[in-house]
Amino acid sequence: MTELRAQLSEWRAAIERVLPPWWSKGLAALLVVIGIVLPFITGAQSGFLNGTIIAIAYAVMALGLNVVVGMAGLLDLGYVAFYAFGAYCMGWFGSGFFFGLHVHVGVAPTLSHAIGIHLNIVLILIAAVVVCAVAGVIIGLPTLRLRGDYIAIVTLAFGEIIGVLAVNGSSVPVGGGMTLTAGNLGISAIDPPWFPGVGSFSLLDYRPWYWLIFAILLIVLFVNVRVRDSRLGRAWVALREDEVAAVSMGVPLVKTKLMAYAIGAAFGGMSGAFIGAYNTQVNAGQFQFGFSVFIVAMVVVGGIGSIWGALVGGLLLGYINNYLIPDVLNDLPSHFGLHFQLASVSFGIFGFLLVLVMTVRPQGLLPERRRTLEMTGEVAAMDAELAAEPETGSTV
Amino acid sequence: MSITEAPTVGAPVPAAAPILAAESITKKFGGLTAVDNVSFDIPARSIVSLIGPNGAGKTTFFNMLTGLIRPTQGRIMFDGRNITRTRPDVITSRGVARTFQNIRLFGAMTAVENVMVGQHSRMKSGVFGAVIRPPWVVKEEHHAADRARELLAYVGLMKADFDRLATQLPYGDQRRVEIARALASEPKLLLLDEPTAGMNPQESAALADFMRRLRDDLKLTILLIEHDMKVVMGVSERVTVLNYGSKLAEGAPADVRVNPAVIEAYLGKEG
Repeated sequence: MTELRAQLSEWRAAIERVLPPWWSKGLAALLVVIGIVLPFITGAQSGFLNGTIIAIAYAVMALGLNVVVGMAGLLDLGYVAFYAFGAYCMGWFGSGFFFGLHVHVGVAPTLSHAIGIHLNIVLILIAAVVVCAVAGVIIGLPTLRLRGDYIAIVTLAFGEIIGVLAVNGSSVPVGGGMTLTAGNLGISAIDPPWFPGVGSFSLLDYRPWYWLIFAILLIVLFVNVRVRDSRLGRAWVALREDEVAAVSMGVPLVKTKLMAYAIGAAFGGMSGAFIGAYNTQVNAGQFQFGFSVFIVAMVVVGGIGSIWGALVGGLLLGYINNYLIPDVLNDLPSHFGLHFQLASVSFGIFGFLLVLVMTVRPQGLLPERRRTLEMTGEVAAMDAELAAEPETGSTV
Repeated sequence: MSITEAPTVGAPVPAAAPILAAESITKKFGGLTAVDNVSFDIPARSIVSLIGPNGAGKTTFFNMLTGLIRPTQGRIMFDGRNITRTRPDVITSRGVARTFQNIRLFGAMTAVENVMVGQHSRMKSGVFGAVIRPPWVVKEEHHAADRARELLAYVGLMKADFDRLATQLPYGDQRRVEIARALASEPKLLLLDEPTAGMNPQESAALADFMRRLRDDLKLTILLIEHDMKVVMGVSERVTVLNYGSKLAEGAPADVRVNPAVIEAYLGKEG
């Protein structure tokens, strides 16, 4: 095993010697260019592009959760709350839901006299960021004195509370006969994004949607990388590694942790608002506990704490969930004479994938350098322990 | 601050201008009194030791000075300000830094990164600074990294080890990095909790020299918890002995060494 690892690192070093020093930047630029031209290859209406849009939206959420879970080490199982807040921002500020009001800022001319609040998508995204950052801080506050699993339980409960609030918000009056949410009926007829010169986005052409979420992804990635390599990013890792030592070195516990919750939540809000618009409705039934687990799974599969891991994990599970299972492999069981659709067992498939990753590559697909050491170090230590026992010792 | 102090050799440091004064500190954990009505002060630019048998309350006392736990009763003044109920990170920014008995480095960070975390309270950039990265933030980051390397070199870490993860370093180097990390917060008072634990006599002697250098070069005040009597007697200007949470004796090393109560409680009863 160590020989193999040595060999791999040797090959890697050899490759890096051949490549020019700017290769990683070059690769990133190439990927961005491919990302931009992708819709011209797939076509405006392909199911693949549709799957890609949702996969990227999920990846944005995974990147947000990665800040909280991966960088700061706070296991948040209620991330769906920020999806909900983001989506409701879209519903509240971009539809006729608040029918007693007439607010219009930077929207399509056809909407300029419609009832309700109609803001430009950019303003709604900013609103979602602000609302979710505040919600993140509020959810974070009661967890500050807790560690590990206890944080998970408290955040889980908050996620559930928000879900229940979304369902029952239809009975919460906010004045003028209007209610907080539309519950399971959903807030529908959400304004499509509109930009001057571009016009309104249409569901007959996926491309503008794709470029919008791709732009959001690039912004989120940029912020992620910048924050990771900063004083704040170091403080998160320090807190994750050893809270007592970190505060003794001058890292303010409350501020630093709340910052992680706020930033992570803000990304979730952006993605949630986008998905709200893309679905053209915000339905309380979307915000289930299972979704929080789904996002955690993306982070874990990608490699906890790693930005590129969260991106890859988010895209991968997003594609599997929204393209591979429903579009490509859905009738696979029928080829074997089985009478069910693959989509009906998708949770089983995810469970299997998680178990597979945990057994074969516990550090995730693209692990963070630090985590690799932790995980493989621990596994190696465990292996050594097992090997030391007489029963299993002979097989090694 | 205590430039007026005459460098009298051998004589105990006068009690003038204590940088830290703990007044009648008591700490109870449930029914257990870990520290019982201890008053204690540390003259500026001195090396003071806190000794006592295991469980005497030394580390509890340390934890109260650094704000990790709050005393049940009493008051702690540092540099003229009351820090009894101040948060640990604020105490650090006021100028108290510490190391831990069982090394507590951030294992998954490099030596340089560890020391950069130590500079946290001396840096300013926030989330917007991190994202936008204006020139002053770039400068601050560069300066912090350079300073970290300087400090690591100062504590005697090999250059090749600067960018290795803390867990990959040998034990002695981890101790060095921990001291560098504490120094990075630009302390006035440095608390060292059993810094020579696990060191051989040569390394301990080198560390004792190093502590003197810290006091003389960096004008630091050092409070030391130590079990190695050779180190304690060699570097301390004053020794305080704790036993069962109470102060048993205090004075110059030579006096404490011959104090019968100390000999009985700490060094063992003779005959």
